[in-house]
Amino acid sequence: MRAVSEQLALLPGYLTAHLQLALVALLVGTAASVPLGVWVTRRRALESGVLGVASVIQTIPSLALLAIMVPALGALGAITASAFGLELRSIGYLPAIVALTLYSVLPILRNTVTGIDGVDPALVEAARGVGMTDRQRLVQVELPLALPVIVAGVRTAAVWVVGTATLSTPVGATSLGNYIFSGLQTRNTTAVLVGCVAAAGLAMALDQTIRLLEAGAAARDRRRLALAAAILAALYGYTAVSFAAGRAGPAAEHPVRIGAKAFTEQYILTELMALQLERQTGLASERVSSLGSTVAFDALRGGDLDVYVDYSGTIFATIMKRDAQGVGRAEVLESVEGFLRDEHGIVHAGALGFQNTYALGMSAARSRELGVRRIGQLGAVAPRLEIGGDYEFFQRAEWKALVAAYGLAFRRERSMDPALMYEAVRTGDVDVISAFSTDGRIVAYDIVLLEDERGVIPPYDAMILVSPGLAERSPAALGALRGLAGLLDEATMQRLNLAVDRDKRGPAEVAREFLESSVAR
Amino acid sequence: MIELHELTKRYGAQVAVDRLSLRVEAGHTLVLLGGSGCGKTTTLKMINRLVEPTSGEVRIEGRDASSMPPHELRRRIGYAFQAVGLFPHMTVAENVGVTPSLLGWERERIRARVAGLLERVELPPAEYAERLPGELSGGQQQRVGIARALAAEPELLLLDEPFGALDPLTRDRLQRWFRELRRELGVTVVFVTHDMVEALIVGDRIAVMREGRLVQLGAPRELLENPADDYVSELLETPRRQSRVLEDLLGARRE
Repeated sequence: MRAVSEQLALLPGYLTAHLQLALVALLVGTAASVPLGVWVTRRRALESGVLGVASVIQTIPSLALLAIMVPALGALGAITASAFGLELRSIGYLPAIVALTLYSVLPILRNTVTGIDGVDPALVEAARGVGMTDRQRLVQVELPLALPVIVAGVRTAAVWVVGTATLSTPVGATSLGNYIFSGLQTRNTTAVLVGCVAAAGLAMALDQTIRLLEAGAAARDRRRLALAAAILAALYGYTAVSFAAGRAGPAAEHPVRIGAKAFTEQYILTELMALQLERQTGLASERVSSLGSTVAFDALRGGDLDVYVDYSGTIFATIMKRDAQGVGRAEVLESVEGFLRDEHGIVHAGALGFQNTYALGMSAARSRELGVRRIGQLGAVAPRLEIGGDYEFFQRAEWKALVAAYGLAFRRERSMDPALMYEAVRTGDVDVISAFSTDGRIVAYDIVLLEDERGVIPPYDAMILVSPGLAERSPAALGALRGLAGLLDEATMQRLNLAVDRDKRGPAEVAREFLESSVAR
Repeated sequence: MIELHELTKRYGAQVAVDRLSLRVEAGHTLVLLGGSGCGKTTTLKMINRLVEPTSGEVRIEGRDASSMPPHELRRRIGYAFQAVGLFPHMTVAENVGVTPSLLGWERERIRARVAGLLERVELPPAEYAERLPGELSGGQQQRVGIARALAAEPELLLLDEPFGALDPLTRDRLQRWFRELRRELGVTVVFVTHDMVEALIVGDRIAVMREGRLVQLGAPRELLENPADDYVSELLETPRRQSRVLEDLLGARRE
């Protein structure tokens, strides 16, 4: 019960943020799509083209559409900044709103066109016959008659947008998705359930409200129309007030924005850095949780994030596009640090001390049974085995290097949520997984990490990366973050991860306990 | 008074109306009569520019119809058609008052005009003004349609088979009612129909059309006595032939 009330305490903030996203996207979407739909009905030649573009947008998977907005807005922001001095935030609220708005266009546009096309030709002839101009015909006859159909489109869009808004979390916008993303990563079922129920409840409430509007419009029932309009006005009013309140804070002293990728360790490190900053400098922080991997890097580079933790090998392979085979740990760290400083002005505040490396893991029992302790021994048996990896693993340079070096050809490669991989290898659903070496479940589930005897997988030192802006603005903050260097070894990180993943303790609590004990020492 | 001069409408290679010239005196009713596809509806719609002529001219009270914006022209011309087209989201009163309000009449003047017209079309305003069109019968809807066409005190009324979709009893009643009405109002009317009997009942003069051309124009009696060709005489024969068939049938039964 305590777990539920702990989650419910977060609800007002998440729900308000979610409502802001959905309502603003719907308002902008409706304001754009209805005139566009009307315009299309006046210029038949454009109809298939415009509807085609809207349909294509709809077929882009929603998560991808949201993620695309980050680099797209980044590129656009670079143009507007140099041309008009206008800075665009490429993570957070803006990309989410843009993507959700695009997502709402198709149902509203299509229903506007259908609604206007559905008006009886006799009424169009009558409207012309009584002497209406084109505009009068639209406003007095076509739009009122098409209204129920248009509102039905808005209703469809509302349900889509509320559902899709949960996916705004990885681009840095707070939503009910925060429950779901962090809950899945930290194996907190309560959080996931609260998030899903709240999102579904909100979708249904909005759906019913707009349904009332639709029924009122169809029956020309002023009472129902007024009630629905009052509910929507109240929602929009609340959104506007909460939005204004959020912006009204002390703008000059804006909080340090700390980013976290979507896994447990990152949540703990975020809390650790926030705590350290608060204790040493008194600076407040804002956590931007569950970001996509390259979203975090792009955001730091673009100044939308001030600090986050990344891993030397990740940047070496995916951003610098270098092959780490045979390159030593210190050498990788050094060249990444130099690259970030020279190419992007990003400051390395220090390595935390541990590596969170990709490693191939097997259950201890399976490893004994097959006699496999090293990756080199895996090649011969791989065709009989299945391997599970996180979503990006099989696309990554490390995997390709492993395949090339050891001649690995598994019977089947399965992508799955990282939170589920360990469970899968424990129960024997897969034989091998792409484990993260600091995951607490390696110890807890008795998983053996296979030795990479040829040194194919690069070293993955956890590095505290600081944006040029923060380093310049606040040397004190940089100093405080430097103080965390070397504080965590692999065993400690595994222990902290396990405390969250298995013991269901909050990342903030775990971070505080650790920092207090290490300061005491 | 309206005059059509060499009025022509072509759709690609097809000629819908071919150099039609005629005139209608003020206060008279002209019937455009002919089978489907003869061009009578196209001719009517060229008068209020629902269809733009390919060439030729329409003059209303001596003024070229193409010299003003179409919506202004249409506000001066009443128009009612078979499908009626009452706006389903407006009350009967709002439907009748639509052109006056487009013209910017004062609210009180519109109200009085609508009430007067509803009396005239035998739909007492107290009972019918606030109803929606969906609650009316077909005959009542058509009368509202005609009231709407008359609302802005037009100089000219265009009617396109206004009673075509009604049952025979209602049609008969409305035809007789319309004869009375136009006599009272003294409005100029162009009335399209394919029904010979209807043409004889409502028309001062009848213009018979065929394949886009005017075949004959004259008072009903002139046409009956002096048909221009076989088509006209056959057309005029239909009601008599039908009544003879009826008499035979009824007579045979009596014996």
